[in-house]
Amino acid sequence: MKIGNYLKEKMASTGFLLFITIIMFFIMYAGGVLVYHKQGFGTIQTFMNMLIDNAGLIIAAAGMTAVVITGGIDISVGSVIGLVCMMLAYMMQVMGMNAYVSIAVVLLFGLVFGTFQGWLIAYMRLQPFIVTLAGLFFCRGLTAVISVDQIAITENETFLNMATKNIYLFFGATVNKRGIRLYPFIHPSVVIALCALAVIWYVLKYTKFGRSLFAIGGNEQSALLMGVNVRRTKMIAYILNGFLASLAGFVFCLNTTSGFVEQARGFEIEVIASTVIGGTLLSGGVGTVVGSFFGVLIKAIIETYIRCNGTLSSWWNKIVLSALLCFFIVLQSVFASIRRKRSI
Amino acid sequence: MNPDLRKLKNAVIAVSKKQLFLPVFALCIVLIVNVVKTPTFFNISIQNGVLYGYIVDIINRASELIILAVGMTLVIATGGIDISVGAVGAVAAAVCVRLLGSSYDAFATPLFLSIGIALLAGIACGAFNGFLVSRLKIQAMVATLILFTAGRGIAQLISAREIGGKMVPGQILYVRMESFKAIGGFLPGVVVPTPVFIALGVVIIAYFILTRTALGLYVKTVGINSKAGRLVGINSTFIIFMCYLICGFTAAIAGVVTSSRIYSSDANNIGLYMELDAILAVALGGNSLSGGKFSLLGSVIGAITIQALTTSLYAMGITADQLPVYKAIVVILIVSIQSDQLKHWIRNFRQKSGTVKAVVQ
Repeated sequence: MKIGNYLKEKMASTGFLLFITIIMFFIMYAGGVLVYHKQGFGTIQTFMNMLIDNAGLIIAAAGMTAVVITGGIDISVGSVIGLVCMMLAYMMQVMGMNAYVSIAVVLLFGLVFGTFQGWLIAYMRLQPFIVTLAGLFFCRGLTAVISVDQIAITENETFLNMATKNIYLFFGATVNKRGIRLYPFIHPSVVIALCALAVIWYVLKYTKFGRSLFAIGGNEQSALLMGVNVRRTKMIAYILNGFLASLAGFVFCLNTTSGFVEQARGFEIEVIASTVIGGTLLSGGVGTVVGSFFGVLIKAIIETYIRCNGTLSSWWNKIVLSALLCFFIVLQSVFASIRRKRSI
Repeated sequence: MNPDLRKLKNAVIAVSKKQLFLPVFALCIVLIVNVVKTPTFFNISIQNGVLYGYIVDIINRASELIILAVGMTLVIATGGIDISVGAVGAVAAAVCVRLLGSSYDAFATPLFLSIGIALLAGIACGAFNGFLVSRLKIQAMVATLILFTAGRGIAQLISAREIGGKMVPGQILYVRMESFKAIGGFLPGVVVPTPVFIALGVVIIAYFILTRTALGLYVKTVGINSKAGRLVGINSTFIIFMCYLICGFTAAIAGVVTSSRIYSSDANNIGLYMELDAILAVALGGNSLSGGKFSLLGSVIGAITIQALTTSLYAMGITADQLPVYKAIVVILIVSIQSDQLKHWIRNFRQKSGTVKAVVQ
């Protein structure tokens, strides 16, 4: 009886979802190592590849976490990433612009777009999903306005160097057949992603702005009475998210080095799924970027499974991820109802 | 001011406050612009035994949107939203075409049976959404986001074709059945396109169910205050569930009509951007996106307006990929016009300018 009560108390606490996620990550990783060790699942390089492939997702998920904590949502991130890739490709390949200038332009675009969405949501009091749904279609359409053909970045040396530079780690070397020690490597994109993650983690945890986000998500009315400038804080959350979405787009572009209308379609569900799997409540007020990071890793493991298996269609990626999202949302709702019952 | 003028002004204000004012007004603007640009806009002729003309084309193409808007109106009236309609349409189309058989010797299920199963698939998707929203109380946006992405993946998996002895998913399936064409085309000997009849049928049935039974009233009650609705004995969970179910059903009808129109099933493109169009139609119909009162007629006129807008934008040489830019701007404009905040600001502005005038005098 006592254990039952203890468990119930644990389940009702907000960190429990994150706990499940971390446990799940380790189980899935161990399972992958056991089943696919022949394909090299257990090597450090495979893990680093997960980070390289999902650097953009890590950044976007960090931004999404901030927005979801306020009780809002942003489904325009996938389109923003697609648009940013297209802008970068067009500016560097067609217009022949400097890499750093182009990057600055797209980051500025992210800020402006985030500001506009944030203003509509916070000051015009429009529902976040309507505004960002319109944003989703707006950016997707704008991508097609720039170019309907695929543009590959092939000439800009600075950008290509950035994309393919290997940063070797100083541990975990493997010896190949010829006896050469191979150190695992990452790309600069991973460094950018991890830095962004650390900054957002700090901002959410230790700054006034970060704490106000949680206050708004917990109860907007109380936050207002407490003296939080609710509208401005909300708007800044969307600006931050817009900026991070464009940064994610830049990092995404480092991986693909091209712009295409269909790029990053359906990316928003990956971002939202990572955030939700990481224990961030969609009703707002609870969440951590560390959780979202683990959410991204779980998504990466599923991807690696499907790649290692080799026979499954890549369409399974989306279906499995959606199913996982569905599972975690249901779990959240069950926990919420347990908590409601306890509070009554 | 002249009393007659004042009367006229009051009448204009009274008309502009009617719910149907916005959609009718928008439709008129789009039509007038079109007539000015192409004077032959309203001409209708009979060519090859069927009706032919801009207006016919618009109403014909608007059919799927009208069908979708009926379901979407109900969902939005309960205070929810369904962004999975396009993907659900793609699933239904894939199921229907796969069952009909993409090659001569494949499944080759009878036409009515395969359409029935496709509609059932749509209802199942709707029930899934409805269950998540009504029973588990998940935000509608997020709950339907699951099928919004997974739906196209499922449709791709269903759209499998045998290539070199292996079933390869993600193919565009072609139908080889003449009678299937009739759903999105013309019935033999009838000059009006079939989708128009289907849309008309859906609207009339929905209208009678909503006005002749208490369902319409229940939906409104749930949308305005679901707690109060529950306290007076309305099973709001069930009502919300039913609305999503109906929405899935209408999405499936629209998907089947579209696939019949293009005579194949293209999981990537059937119903693409349709969710935005449907939401836009409902918003343009003067329905509040936060739920409550709704007008089916408004949504239907909204749907026709949007199709008219789409057709005229196509006529201006804008490609299908670029279209969402303009529609997104229209959505934001409409939602901003409807928002309470804007009304509040205008009222404040008027009061302020009123006091300034008084002070000056």
